Amino acid sequence: MISAESNVHLVIGSQIENIELVQIVLEESLRKLEVGDDASHAISLAVGEAVANAIQHGNERDPGKRVEVDLALDGDDLVVKVADEGRGFDPTQLPDPCAPDNLLQPNGRGILFMNSYMDSIDYSFDAQGGTMVTLRKRLGAPRPEAPAADHKEMG
Amino acid sequence: MKIETRDVGEVRILEPSGKITIGVGDVALREAVHDAVQSGSKKILVDLSDTTTMDSSAIGELVSAYTTVTNRGGQLKLLNLPPKVADILQITQLITVFEVYDNEQEAIASF
Repeated sequence: MISAESNVHLVIGSQIENIELVQIVLEESLRKLEVGDDASHAISLAVGEAVANAIQHGNERDPGKRVEVDLALDGDDLVVKVADEGRGFDPTQLPDPCAPDNLLQPNGRGILFMNSYMDSIDYSFDAQGGTMVTLRKRLGAPRPEAPAADHKEMG
Repeated sequence: MKIETRDVGEVRILEPSGKITIGVGDVALREAVHDAVQSGSKKILVDLSDTTTMDSSAIGELVSAYTTVTNRGGQLKLLNLPPKVADILQITQLITVFEVYDNEQEAIASF
């Protein structure tokens, strides 16, 4: 259970079947936090993509390499960190999967899923190797937006 | 996740249920489409009514299936998108690629 005082730290081998294990722990934690089904689904999809990328592209499915997943609360935000032992990559150089020429490509949509379903995604790269992706999602009520212009009609 | 298949006339209908995600159904989806194509079906309708979610790997398989079937002169269409799956197709802009129906008879008649 994620709480303000404690977080969840998972270490998994680089096997595809472990993605679902992470999602089970995540979804159960979100259920206990009374996060709604739609938000839980979105977060689970995004985190699944991050773990899949770490296993496939980061660790290249090397069974000797681990993926670490950290779930924590930061105020009203859920913060999920996914770290691999790979060589890193340049997120600015990835092709746009929604570009007309790429629309029928079978791969390359994982980061699109993450960006679409989370509030922010950040990457950090360790000089010794390894990528850490930090996914952040506000739980509960959305942040208040700037007040809209007053459209009340007079008279 | 499992995929039921049935034929209505010349149309092969695939009905995946549950999660279609990497390692959990994406390969099954590929094999179901492969089997349909191998059996000579050129009219494939994927009914997603009971599909609870699809990740990028599953979407990739769906795109590959579409390409495979189209390249062989066939058609692959979608039926009954649950809101979460429709959202995913919007995000990926694949909603502009696939023909989508919410009525099976209309979908079958469209081939």
